[in-house]
Amino acid sequence: MAEQSFAAAAEPAAEPEPAAPSADGGAGAFGEKLRRLGEAAAVPLLALFASLVAFGLFMLALGFNPLEVYELIWRGAFGSYFSWQNTLVRAAPLILTALCTALPARLGLIVIGNEGALVIGGIAAAAAGLAVDTAPPLVIDLVMAAAGMIAGGVWIASVGALRHFRGINETISSLLLAYIAIALMNHLVEGPMRDPSSLNKPSSYAIPDAAMIGPMPGTNVHWGLAFGVIFAILSYVLIERTTFGFAARMVGGNERAARMAGLNVGRLILVVCFLGGAAAGLAGMVEVAAVTGRANASLAVGYGYTGILVAFLARQNALAVIPVAILLGGIGASGGLLQRRLGLPDATVLVIQGIIFVMLLMSEGVVGRLNLFQRTRDG
Amino acid sequence: MVAGSLGWWGVPVAILGGAIRVSTPFLFVSLGECITEKSGRINLGLEGTLIMGAMTGYAASFLTGSAMLGVLVAGLVGLLLGGLHALICQQPRVNDVAVGIALMLFGTGVAFFFGKPFIQPQAPRLPSIDLGWWTDIDQLHSALQINILFPIGLLLAPVILWALNNTRWGLIVRIVGDSTDAALAMGYSVNFVRLAATALGGVLAGIGGSFLSLYYPGSWAEGLSSGQGLMAVALVIFARWSPLRCCGAALLFGGAGAIGPALQSVGVTEGYYLFNAAPYVLTLGIMILTCSRRHTLAGAPGALGVVQ
Amino acid sequence: MTKDVAVSRRAVSRRTVLGGLSAAAIAATPLRAAFAADLVVGFLYVGPRDDYGYNQAHADGAAAVKKLTGVKVLEEEKVPETNAVEQSMESMINLDGATLLFPTSFGYYDPYMLRLAAKYPNVTFRHAGGLWQEGKAPKNAGSYFGYIDECQYLSGIVAGHTSKSGKLGFVAAKPIPQVLRNINAFTIGARMANPKATTQVIFTGEWSMPVKEAEATNTLIDQGIDTLTCHVDSPKVVIETSEHRGIFTCGYHVNQQKLAPNGYLTGAEWNWSKVYVDDMVKVMLAGKPIPNFLRGGIREGFVKPSPYGKPVADATRKATDAVRQSMMTTDYVIFKGPLKDNKGNDLIAAGKNYGQTDLWLEKMNWLAEGVIGATS
Repeated sequence: MAEQSFAAAAEPAAEPEPAAPSADGGAGAFGEKLRRLGEAAAVPLLALFASLVAFGLFMLALGFNPLEVYELIWRGAFGSYFSWQNTLVRAAPLILTALCTALPARLGLIVIGNEGALVIGGIAAAAAGLAVDTAPPLVIDLVMAAAGMIAGGVWIASVGALRHFRGINETISSLLLAYIAIALMNHLVEGPMRDPSSLNKPSSYAIPDAAMIGPMPGTNVHWGLAFGVIFAILSYVLIERTTFGFAARMVGGNERAARMAGLNVGRLILVVCFLGGAAAGLAGMVEVAAVTGRANASLAVGYGYTGILVAFLARQNALAVIPVAILLGGIGASGGLLQRRLGLPDATVLVIQGIIFVMLLMSEGVVGRLNLFQRTRDG
Repeated sequence: MVAGSLGWWGVPVAILGGAIRVSTPFLFVSLGECITEKSGRINLGLEGTLIMGAMTGYAASFLTGSAMLGVLVAGLVGLLLGGLHALICQQPRVNDVAVGIALMLFGTGVAFFFGKPFIQPQAPRLPSIDLGWWTDIDQLHSALQINILFPIGLLLAPVILWALNNTRWGLIVRIVGDSTDAALAMGYSVNFVRLAATALGGVLAGIGGSFLSLYYPGSWAEGLSSGQGLMAVALVIFARWSPLRCCGAALLFGGAGAIGPALQSVGVTEGYYLFNAAPYVLTLGIMILTCSRRHTLAGAPGALGVVQ
Repeated sequence: MTKDVAVSRRAVSRRTVLGGLSAAAIAATPLRAAFAADLVVGFLYVGPRDDYGYNQAHADGAAAVKKLTGVKVLEEEKVPETNAVEQSMESMINLDGATLLFPTSFGYYDPYMLRLAAKYPNVTFRHAGGLWQEGKAPKNAGSYFGYIDECQYLSGIVAGHTSKSGKLGFVAAKPIPQVLRNINAFTIGARMANPKATTQVIFTGEWSMPVKEAEATNTLIDQGIDTLTCHVDSPKVVIETSEHRGIFTCGYHVNQQKLAPNGYLTGAEWNWSKVYVDDMVKVMLAGKPIPNFLRGGIREGFVKPSPYGKPVADATRKATDAVRQSMMTTDYVIFKGPLKDNKGNDLIAAGKNYGQTDLWLEKMNWLAEGVIGATS
């Protein structure tokens, strides 16, 4: 009915029409899968290419050599072992925060309060870690993870509850709750939870050193990346391969119909929102346990908002979140190099992100129109 | 211009002043978004438009020496960005929430990118109108210093309401917003109407942005908007798509934003972060109290798809 | 915590040929003095370089360093206080061969700079504002800062003499020791000129939030304040708003006189050019180690008061100049007893002096008598 709607945002890239069942059984079906995969991959790649061209033209207009710029972006993002680690460290929180938007989106809800869930998760994790600070390190970490996930989960679940029980639009309520969470965090970190020795950067007390999450062996990247990847994979399986996920996607397709079909919409909304919030809360815990060692205002630096971008770019697909997060992490990683070598402002990274996003969205209209991938069938 | 302290009376005066000062950008952006959403499209990119408007308005004012010209340029830039939003959304299967976020990012990035040289210089400001000539109380006098944009914004609200309800153009916008099928059946170009509505929304958002950099706080800085454009879009939903209620919501928000500093100035210093969050808490609280599953979406344009 | 990735593995095998830099080789070997290569210095700012405030003050210092021969300066701005700063610094070390780094924002110190200092013992790290302590932090790390509260003290004296109502205002970001020290010094100075003077403080909660700063300024003026100063990253909005409403202002970080031609009294400025050039870079160029804990006030040239503005009376100028002269020639003490805090408790007993270098002052968490406000 409605061409553009809130609900439509939740749909993942609509699958191109499946070909008629082929007479030659297995081989045809496999080819079909390949075709679909090829189309699904080609379009974003095309969009990426188009954005690079557009950005290159922009640079050219300003008097920079686009090739030099591309080389620097590549070098800063993926050009060496060091750059890769830089990129992956930046991608780690993004995977988790993106899930906070991607998961409820499958239900048809647009949640943009990821920053709030991350912050609340970080505060809760720090508080919990300090409360059990005499326990063995593994226990401390588990308790912190649980606290972070529960706090974040409850935060976004309330958004879902407000939507389901009071009809309050989840976009605005999640945004309001995000601001409230940041204010709460600042208040706690500068007041009741403050460590007096954290002189000029008000912070909570530090969790014990032994409980800090270290890097994965052979790298400088902390385990938070692995948590994100695992969470994303599990979420994908949940949404795409289980009955629960199927029910959730039904709600995303048409809530009224789902209700009439007898699905417990309220429960689905609450659970999925909780999961999304838990992911962002876990990201907050990782920031505290792997990066800073304490909770402070550096929790709210925009990982949540960038996560929204990642989710939309990945078309709300939990698995696609991983490569998109890496891409955006890479762009962020190259920012410093662009500043130092070419004197470009730090905002260049934002411009690149914006162009990629716009191009990708425009490419949505291209899917299906391209005849490249249409199979011509004879007979 | 020194006068005695108002003591606790300073708080309501500050709230009044804040309601006037701080609400203007919210007013313009939410009125613009109101029009856009009435036509059935949501434009989350107004945050980017606001910031672009602020930057280009300041730059134009600095380069030409005229603040009014700055406002005009800001409006023009808003028109372009709104138009861009509409053009992209017109493509099939493009989702307007996503486009909004993309343009928010893009607009912010471009504004910061080109705005670097304008952070330091001082640009001519918009003049104030003295509404407080009747009072001797300095603080009240100052709270009633308003900018021409504020009454323009206030006037716009009933004008928009009247236009939507009583003109042919307003009717077309509403039909397009309520039911795309009906509009198509009547032969209206849905795309064109939405383009116009989004572009108009962009103009208002750009002007709202120029208010920030040319009047209050009156300087271009990268921290100028901390999500104000986004909040203003949210306020439209809070106001249930009525221009008059948008006005009220903006005033409420602006006034509530002044509570934090005002309370500190009379000695209530504990928990100032929490007081600074007052506008958000208030908005959320009012929504919880007044919304219900049945009533909420009365007034929502059908094609917005908010009705489930 | 972080694995020690061998620098040499990457550094020796990579050659970055860019604009005259001889990069990673410097980082890899301890014999850097033997190479006739440029000294590569990196600056990291938390905000925009030309914010008319904190970051601009450092950038002005960096500009002075750029003028030296044999030195290459790298700058990155708007680096957030997260592991992003760690990555930026590492990138400067590995890809550009930086051997002297100046992370200039409070939040960069712990744990980011400390972690990197442990990882790259051959690189010198100096942090603006941190509290480096022997034994607790690596030897190649260190901190530097200026006693700008001395200039705020002088501003306070001028404000106390010039203000007609005796009500002064202070727009502050967060109640951290360095901010509190400024508020207290300002107030103590003002009360020297006018024992009944009061300073009202409003904390905005953020280092840079123009709308909140404008609101705070207006609210303070509504309460009858006629002289304002501030401690936020970019005082531009506070000064402009105050000028618009016709009250006196004292600047901070850099000279904002141009923004307030009628109301500007004086200000407290950093003199980072001297600190960077004379006290650190030149020292390193000469092959000597830079002090780990570097502090200085007006006497050492780390900070300086702004020239007096129009409204400052001659008598006031004379009186303030006398104090300034005293600071330049003697061990002037600002924080001396008897001093109470603004809740009535005794802070400093009569006869007790806390000299500027006393570490007790770097942990300040109180507001002096005469300050209206609270730290939490």
